[in-house]
Amino acid sequence: MDFLALIDLSVLDSTVRLATPLLLACLAGLFSERAGIFDIGLEGKMLAAAFFSAAVAAITGSVWLGLLAGIAASLALSGLHGLASITFRGNQLISGVAINFLAAGLTVLIAQDWFSQGGRTPSLFGGGRFEGITLPFAETLRAVPFFGPLYYELISGHSILVYVAFAMVPGTWWILFRTRFGLRLRAVGENPAAVDTAGVSVVGLRFAAVGICGILCGIAGAYLATGLQAGFVKDMTAGRGFIALAALIFAKWRPWHALWATLLFGYLQAIALRPDIIEGALGFQVQVQLLDALPYILTVVILAGFVGKAIPPRAGGAPYVKER
Amino acid sequence: MTASDTLGRQETAAPAIELKGISKAFGPVQANKDISIRVQPGTIHGIIGENGAGKSTLMSILYGFYKADAGEIFIAGRKTDIPDSQAAIAAGIGMVFQHFKLVENFTVLENIILGAEDGGLLKPSLSKARKTLVELEQEYGLNVDPDAVIQDLGVGMQQRVEILKALYRQADILILDEPTGVLTPAEADQLFRILGRLREEGKTIILITHKLREIMETTDTVSVMRRGEMTATVKTAETSPAELAELMVGRKVLLRVDKKPATPGEVVLDIKGLRVIDEQGVERVKGIDLQVRAGEIVGIAGVAGNGQSELLEVLGGYAVGTGDIVVSGQPLDLSGKHSDGQSRRRSGIAHVPEDRQREGLIMDYHAWENTAFGYHRDPAYSKGLLMDNAAIRRDTVGKMERFDVRPPDPNLAAKNFSGGNQQKIVLAREIERNPDLLLVGQPTRGVDIGAIEFIHQQIVALRDQGKAILLVSVELEEILALSDRVAVMFDGHIMGTRLSAETDEKELGLLMAGVGA
Amino acid sequence: MDVMPKWAEVILVPLISLLLAAILSALVILAIGEDPVAAVKLMVSGALGSTYGWGYTLYYATNFMFTGLAVAIAFHARLFNIGGEGQATLGGLGVALACLYIPWPHWSLALVGATVMAGLFGAAWAAVPAFLQAKRGSHIVITTIMFNFIAAAVLNYVLVNLMRPAGSMDPATARFPEAAHLPTLHDMLTPLGISFSKAAPANVSLLVAVGACILLWVLIWRTKLGYEIRAYGHSESAAKYAGISPVKITMVAMLISGALAGMMAINNVMGEAERLVLNAVEGAGFIGIAVALMGRSHPLGVFLAAILFGFLYQGGAELALWTSIPRELIVVIQALVILFTGALDNMVRMPLERMFLAARMRRAPKPDRKPTTPAQ
Repeated sequence: MDFLALIDLSVLDSTVRLATPLLLACLAGLFSERAGIFDIGLEGKMLAAAFFSAAVAAITGSVWLGLLAGIAASLALSGLHGLASITFRGNQLISGVAINFLAAGLTVLIAQDWFSQGGRTPSLFGGGRFEGITLPFAETLRAVPFFGPLYYELISGHSILVYVAFAMVPGTWWILFRTRFGLRLRAVGENPAAVDTAGVSVVGLRFAAVGICGILCGIAGAYLATGLQAGFVKDMTAGRGFIALAALIFAKWRPWHALWATLLFGYLQAIALRPDIIEGALGFQVQVQLLDALPYILTVVILAGFVGKAIPPRAGGAPYVKER
Repeated sequence: MTASDTLGRQETAAPAIELKGISKAFGPVQANKDISIRVQPGTIHGIIGENGAGKSTLMSILYGFYKADAGEIFIAGRKTDIPDSQAAIAAGIGMVFQHFKLVENFTVLENIILGAEDGGLLKPSLSKARKTLVELEQEYGLNVDPDAVIQDLGVGMQQRVEILKALYRQADILILDEPTGVLTPAEADQLFRILGRLREEGKTIILITHKLREIMETTDTVSVMRRGEMTATVKTAETSPAELAELMVGRKVLLRVDKKPATPGEVVLDIKGLRVIDEQGVERVKGIDLQVRAGEIVGIAGVAGNGQSELLEVLGGYAVGTGDIVVSGQPLDLSGKHSDGQSRRRSGIAHVPEDRQREGLIMDYHAWENTAFGYHRDPAYSKGLLMDNAAIRRDTVGKMERFDVRPPDPNLAAKNFSGGNQQKIVLAREIERNPDLLLVGQPTRGVDIGAIEFIHQQIVALRDQGKAILLVSVELEEILALSDRVAVMFDGHIMGTRLSAETDEKELGLLMAGVGA
Repeated sequence: MDVMPKWAEVILVPLISLLLAAILSALVILAIGEDPVAAVKLMVSGALGSTYGWGYTLYYATNFMFTGLAVAIAFHARLFNIGGEGQATLGGLGVALACLYIPWPHWSLALVGATVMAGLFGAAWAAVPAFLQAKRGSHIVITTIMFNFIAAAVLNYVLVNLMRPAGSMDPATARFPEAAHLPTLHDMLTPLGISFSKAAPANVSLLVAVGACILLWVLIWRTKLGYEIRAYGHSESAAKYAGISPVKITMVAMLISGALAGMMAINNVMGEAERLVLNAVEGAGFIGIAVALMGRSHPLGVFLAAILFGFLYQGGAELALWTSIPRELIVVIQALVILFTGALDNMVRMPLERMFLAARMRRAPKPDRKPTTPAQ
């Protein structure tokens, strides 16, 4: 057995790519849940964003317009979630489930109406996709042993959205722990009554958080359809929204931990695509179905608390009702 | 002419607060009816009334939590609209709620600046608040560690943070809603000293309470509320507890419970070395010994959170503990298979829990379903696998009659009864099981005075039938009125046991604060 | 106190929610350039206009009764089982094993055996999330979703590697033997002199589903266990006080829930396909959520909502066949029903409550007749 073979540079490279939508969705959920709004509709928001970004990019030829459309679609669903769970104090879980189905149905319905290709968008090419960016000196430094290939293969050459996602980790940390908005956001997820009696609008804060969640999910979905892949296909999120939620719990609602958690899931997804490497490393064949199910199984293991007890924001999931 | 008009020194100044004709309804319930009140600056004004009299609603309107249906608010003589808490804060009003509005995992400093930050970044706000805190500390003697995390502080300290929060926002008017409910008598005295200091500095204080003693000892003027109406405003110096009580209830009230001396029999409940560790791993009960005999009421006094609840929970079978408990000669299983509520009921223990809405009743269940709650597996209530709903309904009708539950409708959901009638349903259910041992937690919390008398009589009647009763209450008056013996709990220990005929509030108060023994 | 009479809460709120969902769906149809009125006509004639249509409507309704009841019983214990899909998948496996490996002498015995196996497999698949929720507090919503994905992988593995007949390229089991063939409504009604479409898949499982509705009603509203499940669902702290074990109730409610979802397989696997194929559940587990919400977790409500969704499903299939409206329309309608009945219910309820309050105020000018004060 050769476990080192599991750390293959190309696998790590796809780990980064596959972790990106998870990371964005995880941070999206982090903003929402830190403000006390559970969101199991990350999946649906990503899916809607994936479709609209690919569709608009296909029609206009501009991936940037696509990105905007994706964010707008995701924000619209966020607004719906906010309406249900903040304004009308409905059940946040059920609202999330409804949003997932709404996105699953509407994307195919509209795709069929617009493109008549059996629920897909046309394949994207050229300006319709986010292309990889070669970072400065990547070519020149390539010859440097170890760091050269690492920089060239692993760090350089991703699309702009990947860098946005990774930059969002310190960004999220800074917003949460160094700004007034972050203080209030964390407070509203722990004890909305404290925020309310301090004269700050609970509804406003929670909508802001849900809005940020929508934007990040929008970027995640757009990356799926216009960066990771070249176009939208039915149900292309494939449970990523739920995995992001598991990563969020694993990360105990903290930005840096979210990065590590989503990288782990990204790695599992990347290695599942390379049964040859696994066989080389372990010396026997692993069932492809097991590899496919591995992220979901890991999620259950994490939720079972075998990796430490996670304490969610105290006011999470409960609508805020004024009481004295 | 209202009493405040005659208060000498501020005769010319505009009242700090004036409410004119405030009304507020929640659906069909009129919580406030045409209420007018004037509070002079630099005074402590008490508002007293029974549960549900509308005191908190009125103050919530003043703090912008609710919008009044009608009426006007004047602050320092100027008509002021208070649509939200922001407006209340801007008008110089600060409020200390009965349930603190603090973020538990934030520091004191973070809690203080929340909503009153300077600018978008935290650092400058925090350092400014740190400086101001030092000034406030010197001015009012309110010292507290700015970097302590709230959940590590005691309730007295947390309340201080709430007061500091209001002062940091430059409040001139401070409203305190039932501030002593969670304090020891000593802590309460300290609070009142702080309030006195604030009054000297020219602050206006409104104190909401249902405790006559606090009103008499601290306030300058007092308003009495009953059923949503303001029945009187008087100078405290010109009234008496008896008069206030009568104004509160609308009739003469008996402030003492009528009962014969106890005739204790054999030991029914025998607790030895009981320890309870809660789900967070905190030891709540730290090795206590206690006996309750047949025909006596033993009261557990203490400030909330000193282990009394956990003691009841272990006895009731829904918390685990270690040690030995024997009831009527039978040892109880404290952590194994038989440490559940069903087994306890079979051992002859009945339990009126501390929180009837969270524990004692299913609020959405009908009264008849609640009559069977906890005893739903009783053969008298079953037909094989099925429940005998007709039998339960019949039983409920009888219980409602005997315990004077109003309205006597078994098909009404529990949530639609008043607090007192809800408590009577629970009491009827538990007392009529004819238990050897009755556990009673906070029997009259949130209950109107009429029902309090009835409930107290029922408990005493059960004692006179030779049953053992363990009473837990945070109301010292209630403990003294009902119990034959009093045990005081502090920090998981029993600090001492006294015959209630031979002790007083002062001695018990010291024990409650962990002093003496 | 309750502002609205009970009938308004039970009938008016879901009906208005359904109406809102219908209006929005009509707008969606308009937006994709189709005529909503024509679409409804097509759905009605396709789903209810012939015994063939009815046969499909009732076939789908049978599935949804099982999954709707599954979600409903979990709701009573305040548990949200989104895992009906996976539990029904595993139920299918149980049915396939029962039908393929046991030589049944008669279909009736086969039905009993298959029902038991389907229930056992479904319950087993619900047991792990239930246990993790009860003992470790793992969020059952997410774990049951994960178990849906894992169930799909398991079925894939079993069909491809274990149960596929030698030489077959199709990831499916062999056909079930003749003795495991369930009588269809055609078979059952013809002796009674009623002619019913031979091609429609509705079968005797419908009666099992109706029986399950009745049994579940008895369980929830008449037994001690039902009393405990509902009590736990209303208030966990009160349940503990009363000596009702949260662990036991969570486990029992989820096992019943999983078993019901699994039992769906006697309809789609045994009654219709007569072999086990990939993705046999086709989203019925999820539709159970909409059915349970629409039916307000009451077995009678679930029964009616299941028939409504059976109609929508069959009507939607007809639409997909004859117009350019894809089948996913039904997913959208399902989403809207879930949204309006489950999450935006207050949007419907609040104006209604105001109306009823205003009406009562007019009738009784003196409002202060209640001792109750929600204030304070």
